Amino acid sequence: MTPDGPLLGTEALRVEGLVKSFGDHVVLTGIELIVAEHEVVCLIGASGSGKSTLLRCINLLEPIDAGRIVVEGAEITAHGVDVDRIRRSIGIVFQAYNLFPHMTVLRNITLAPIKVLKLPRVEAEAQAEELLRRFGLIDKRDQVPDRLSGGQQQRVAIVRALAMQPSILLLDEITSALDPVLVAEVLAVIRDLAHAGMTMVIATHEMGFARDIADRVAFLEGGRILEEGPPAQIFTAPREARTRLFLDRVIEAGRL
Amino acid sequence: MLIATVSTLVVFGVIAWVIVNAPGWPVAQRTFFDADRFADAWPRVVAGLLVNIAIFLVAAFFILIWALVLAIMRSLDDAVFFPFKLFAVVYIDLFRGLPSILIIYVLGLGIPALRLPGVTSDVFVWGVVALVLVWSAYVAEVYRAGIQSVHPSQAAAARSLGLSGVQTFRYVVLPQAIRRVIPPLLNDMIGLQKDTALVSFLGPVEAFRRAQIIASANFNFTPYLVSALLFLLLTIPMARLVDWLVARDRRRYMAGSR
Repeated sequence: MTPDGPLLGTEALRVEGLVKSFGDHVVLTGIELIVAEHEVVCLIGASGSGKSTLLRCINLLEPIDAGRIVVEGAEITAHGVDVDRIRRSIGIVFQAYNLFPHMTVLRNITLAPIKVLKLPRVEAEAQAEELLRRFGLIDKRDQVPDRLSGGQQQRVAIVRALAMQPSILLLDEITSALDPVLVAEVLAVIRDLAHAGMTMVIATHEMGFARDIADRVAFLEGGRILEEGPPAQIFTAPREARTRLFLDRVIEAGRL
Repeated sequence: MLIATVSTLVVFGVIAWVIVNAPGWPVAQRTFFDADRFADAWPRVVAGLLVNIAIFLVAAFFILIWALVLAIMRSLDDAVFFPFKLFAVVYIDLFRGLPSILIIYVLGLGIPALRLPGVTSDVFVWGVVALVLVWSAYVAEVYRAGIQSVHPSQAAAARSLGLSGVQTFRYVVLPQAIRRVIPPLLNDMIGLQKDTALVSFLGPVEAFRRAQIIASANFNFTPYLVSALLFLLLTIPMARLVDWLVARDRRRYMAGSR
């Protein structure tokens, strides 16, 4: 299917004909996706459907085999682009947090602003503290990540990505490694960001959350986006039989 | 605790009894455990030990740097850097495969013999160079193990924040790698400390060589005992430090994996 036009505002991200394979295994067979500024798009689909790979490709952590990725009008997959410069404006948060265990929370957050954006330390720390305060983490400022709960670590990882003031935030199943009781505190942060107008692409297994927060839901199957639309339509009246089958299984598992 | 004490006393008591009642004991006691000779040799062997410590410190300084360069070269996966990788692989195979004493002889006797203009023939220097060449091969592998033990997701996280490859290595990968390999690194330093005695074969009079000189002057081996004790005084504290670091890391790991 061809992507619908941006729903609101200007275009933040455009993915065209994205193909990605690992050896003989083709993971993405032709992804078409457009995300508007301030839009929240949730990617749903079974494990192995390519959600994580798509996000890693958008962040240029994986080289792509074919297609184009355009962020804010500039093709980031073109030859000779400054990959490091592009990554600054695309934040990503991982399932396993990937905080730097040898640094305090504050240092985790200020490392990239100081080394990449060349912010003075004082300024970077003030900005980090403001973010920590906003997300209720200021008392964890000088702790090392291992001392924090999973939920706290994931919130720090989100703050770390936000400290680079990205124009788009990619969230890769960020609640999958968390205790159910800790999921809520992380989702609250995402909800907060959505209300603040952050453009986000979220790969998730939390269907209730996707339905609640997404402007648009995209269902991935077999390495492409099989169906996309507003959550109300996708979750109640999916057009594709495969989407229905997937949602039936999710309901069976008690996840919706 | 009580069982351990009793068992230790019994075992070592039996060994001591067998040795002391051996037919050759009176002679052995005089040749190896002569108290007067011990007191006489002690200050002179201690002075020699300062040379060992000097060799050790200078060698360790260069080993820790050069080995890191080798480890980085060997870890480069980009095709462009293949010659560097190849160099590191060959270097490490070569110097890990050859006995230290051979390298010490080849460099310490060979290079001064060439009488190259502007090249020192100081055997102390060439002894240290030989130890650096040999031990950096071992230490490079320790570093490399550390670098490879840092999960790729750490580098991915750093790159995703916009850090360059070099910045990622410098601030994220290397600090974690070094922290993890400090115990095996110190282990190699203990080995290096012992190997400083090999430099004596080139001429510098360090603890072992001094003991040898005193021993052959008196036909009494007690000075060897002195040098053995001195080496242990240097290496045992390092060994305990390694144990302590390993135990601390294990505690941290347990605490981290709640």
